Amino acid sequence: MSPESSVSVSLKINGRDCEFSAPACDTLLDVLRDQVGMTGTKKGCDMGACGACTVLADGRRIKSCLALAASYDGRSITTIEGVGTTDNLHQLQAAFIRHDALQCGYCTPGQILSGLALLDEKPGDLEAIREGMSGNLCRCGAYPNIVAAIAELAGL
Amino acid sequence: MSGPSFQYSRATNLRDALILASQPGTAFLAGGTDLLQLWKSGAIAPTAVVDISRLPLDHLEFLDGQLSLGSLARLSDVGSHPDVTRNHPLIASAILASASGQIRNMATLGGNLLQRTRCAYFRTEGLACNKRNPGSGCGALAGESRQAALFGASASCVATHASDLAVALAALDAEVEVFGGEGLRRFPLRDLYRLPAETPERDTHLTAGELITGIHVPNASRFVARSTYLKVRDRASFEPAVVSVAALLHVENGRIVEARLTAGGVAPLPWRLTRSEAVLVGRAPDAQAIAAAGDMAVEHARPLAHNGFKVALLRNAVIRALQTIGGQP
Repeated sequence: MSPESSVSVSLKINGRDCEFSAPACDTLLDVLRDQVGMTGTKKGCDMGACGACTVLADGRRIKSCLALAASYDGRSITTIEGVGTTDNLHQLQAAFIRHDALQCGYCTPGQILSGLALLDEKPGDLEAIREGMSGNLCRCGAYPNIVAAIAELAGL
Repeated sequence: MSGPSFQYSRATNLRDALILASQPGTAFLAGGTDLLQLWKSGAIAPTAVVDISRLPLDHLEFLDGQLSLGSLARLSDVGSHPDVTRNHPLIASAILASASGQIRNMATLGGNLLQRTRCAYFRTEGLACNKRNPGSGCGALAGESRQAALFGASASCVATHASDLAVALAALDAEVEVFGGEGLRRFPLRDLYRLPAETPERDTHLTAGELITGIHVPNASRFVARSTYLKVRDRASFEPAVVSVAALLHVENGRIVEARLTAGGVAPLPWRLTRSEAVLVGRAPDAQAIAAAGDMAVEHARPLAHNGFKVALLRNAVIRALQTIGGQP
């Protein structure tokens, strides 16, 4: 493959095939928000620190701000738009509401995606949840309630 | 926030990668977690990136006690692999202490070893840094030096290396395998990194276009019962080490037969504490021997204005690590 300034990228986003061309230096986050129009994935720090941009790539949680879109060509991406619906919340979303696990809600899409993947990783105790969620910051400080919501679904 | 645009290509085999990377201004992209941060902060401005993430270099083989790892294996896959958790708990705990869950899913072993320093002067546009902009001076030397090195620094650069994995691998006498214009070569991890001296812009002895293809860890079964990675940091998770210590002991009949100690967060590279190791051999792992090893660890420390606390911290971290694995005499 010769070097290109613009790349064509195919992604399966929330089960739907999407194809588009984008500048070679666009991140997955930029593509999701600006090309696909899915703005549920948030751009917080844009430097890999806050976790607001967390999505799943083939079921594994990643920071989409540090993912070069071209490098993810052909992969399956899950964003918050693919998790639950307004009428039929995912059980983790319902647990977040029950446990009051948010205030402003800006970090919540990333927290939910990160929490979903963490549940698949089967955390053994509350400490493993706290450690496992350290890549998602919450400026409102809802951490104890976020941990409680995930713990409920983990059966802890 | 982003840097100047670059071209993209994806390598389909190693030779292809080498050819694509032969153009000046080209950078390799694997997990991207460090490269994109550096690019966004303006610390690097590649004109092209060569995506090596799909090269078949993500293997993990454990054979006759020796562990062979592909450089493109992801941190999370290696850190949770039963062959690693069972036979190399030091590697598993160093990986679990690294970054966050999301980053560990993306970051590769090779990229982790080659990550650039977290020094704030290097990562912040407009500040003096010889690594970022050769000749501009070292801002940390007379400025905010809390993170700075105790060992191996120069008047040009006092930055520390942030890889936890490298500290563990250095203690295990791991070797790296690299591929480049000269073909394949293999050498000890400790020879990968270079001290800053007058040219801190170069972190390693790799030649242009050379890339790490694998990591080889020799048999460490004699240490399995006594190994630990102690990481002291400013918050409990997702934070580089202020000071870290990888410690391995082989004890027979109450005497230390072999000791391995490497410190992180205190030098431009994983800092092997050879004098501390030597003072332990032949002795029981008792309080006196452990205290002597702690004292030896800091003997040649050269703190700056704000990192003097690291001297006591390193000494105590060595003692704590040895107490953890030494057991009661």
